[in-house]
Amino acid sequence: MRVDEQIGYDNRVAFAEELAELARADERVVAVCNDSVGSSNLGAFREEFGDRLINVGIAEQNMVGVGAGLAATGLIPFVCAAGPFLTGRATEQVKADVAYSQHPVILCGMSPGMAYGELGPTHHSVEDLSWMRALPGLDILVPADRRQTRQAMRMLVAHPRPTYMRVGRHKVPDVTTDGDMLVHGRIDVVRDGDDVTVIAIGTLVSRALSAARALADDGVSTRVLNAAWVAPLDRATILEAARGTRAIVVAEEANIAGGLGAAVAQVVAREGIGVPVIPLGLTQFAPTGSNDALLEHVGLTSGSIARVAAQALGR
Amino acid sequence: MGFSMLTADIAQVDRWRALRDQGAAGDEADRVALIHAGAQRIRRSVVRMIDSARAGHIGGDLSVSDILATLYLGVLEIDPAEPTQLDRDRFILSKGHCAAALYSTLAECGYFSRDELGTFMAPFSALNGHPNRTKVPGVETNTGPLGHGLPVGVGEALGLRLQGSSRRVFVTTGDGEMQEGSNWEAIMAAAHYGLSNLTLIVDRNRLQQGARTEDTNGLDPLGERLAAFGCEVREIDGHDVAALLAAVAPSSTGKPVAVVAHTIKGKGVSFIEDRVEWHHKVPTAEQVVLALAELGEGA
Repeated sequence: MRVDEQIGYDNRVAFAEELAELARADERVVAVCNDSVGSSNLGAFREEFGDRLINVGIAEQNMVGVGAGLAATGLIPFVCAAGPFLTGRATEQVKADVAYSQHPVILCGMSPGMAYGELGPTHHSVEDLSWMRALPGLDILVPADRRQTRQAMRMLVAHPRPTYMRVGRHKVPDVTTDGDMLVHGRIDVVRDGDDVTVIAIGTLVSRALSAARALADDGVSTRVLNAAWVAPLDRATILEAARGTRAIVVAEEANIAGGLGAAVAQVVAREGIGVPVIPLGLTQFAPTGSNDALLEHVGLTSGSIARVAAQALGR
Repeated sequence: MGFSMLTADIAQVDRWRALRDQGAAGDEADRVALIHAGAQRIRRSVVRMIDSARAGHIGGDLSVSDILATLYLGVLEIDPAEPTQLDRDRFILSKGHCAAALYSTLAECGYFSRDELGTFMAPFSALNGHPNRTKVPGVETNTGPLGHGLPVGVGEALGLRLQGSSRRVFVTTGDGEMQEGSNWEAIMAAAHYGLSNLTLIVDRNRLQQGARTEDTNGLDPLGERLAAFGCEVREIDGHDVAALLAAVAPSSTGKPVAVVAHTIKGKGVSFIEDRVEWHHKVPTAEQVVLALAELGEGA
């Protein structure tokens, strides 16, 4: 059975459970949302913690500013809203109030990528990585599964920093195991190989692993990297891949203009290493379709990843 | 981020503390005179800074000076020697382009040495054209784009209340800035949450960069609008220190307080007052001398 077809988990469930655990242990933990109590999965949090959930209504600019103010009084705010509205509507607040001001706000882009499927491009968050990458002083984190989601949240409460974190809705299988540690700014090698590298994030990590297994059947050795940290970017691991394999494919549920693929290409080109870096992602507003159908439509499946990787090797 | 932060001038902190205590101990007239003198020092400092940088926003700096002097010499519970201690009142200058007035005020309190004011907008100076909290102690959040200070102030007021603190939050916006929708989002939330520990002061000088506010996108009746959004509104002369002191008294209704401080852009310098072109015009050397004289230099 392909990983794509396995039963997976909605990271928002792990997010909500972990947020409650963290809030029980640490009174500084609060949540802020924009009427998204339901879609951010915060109903139980509101029941248990009452006024530690601040719902500012449908007002994302104020929401992010409020998050910065809460952080300025020593609290640890998880500011939760659907990715497109958090990063699009409030971009200047993220820039000035969070990144430039260095208020340690944890911005949680819920249901990112094309999770909202048929609701269309207004509700897709595929520009978020490009927009947020342009901001110095802001970490960007895309947990690949429920375990990484929890690890990331614990790390951020222990060491609060201005951070944008995607919290996926599209069900994904576990790609990490209990022994795996999330290390700040480190890209993890989740499968080693020496012919081609696939760097993937979020929903695409399990698909990249599936592609690697298919490629192995054809005698291609594939290195798979989980780039949970889009910023700061682990240049060393990218350069090792550029020197140790003959091509790099970057798979992300995001626009390729300014996304992770662009970041990887910049690192590789800067060193003058002559390997192709092939970004897989979106270049157009998506048509109407379910998340799965749209991933298929734009070529973000294990089959597409394997095909592109093989082509890059001249096979 | 690796920026070097300015540090407190302890001797100046002591002078500021003595002045503040003197004001608190004296009768109303003495207190008002002391704060008014502070505001005039801030204004003279602003003129010198803008002269040396050959840039700045002189009109709004001069209109907001009495508000700043009143808060920092008469109201705020702060310790400039320990600027990040959590148990403090907070002030946010949302109209960040009036940084020269804020820096002059912070230096008056000893957050950093007054010598630094001479570096205003110089290459690599901590004193950027808009305030940066990672470089300048006493700056609570970075402002510059308009409509940012009040949402952050709402978050601070909520955060303080959640932690059981009785400290208060003050935000000063420009009046043109009230055209930004984010301010009204923030006011709605402040009223909804009953943030009686939050005070908004609008520097109502009736001019924005390009024209009169009422000829641009009219704000009147501003007080009624703020009241309709759920604020306890106080309309005063923003250059009357006694009125300012009364207007920033705690909420009496449980609502957030909104002070509409009617001011004159360029206040204190006759040829700058109420003239739209002085939003960010820089005075000539001759005008600097005239301005400083009108502001009581050497008096």
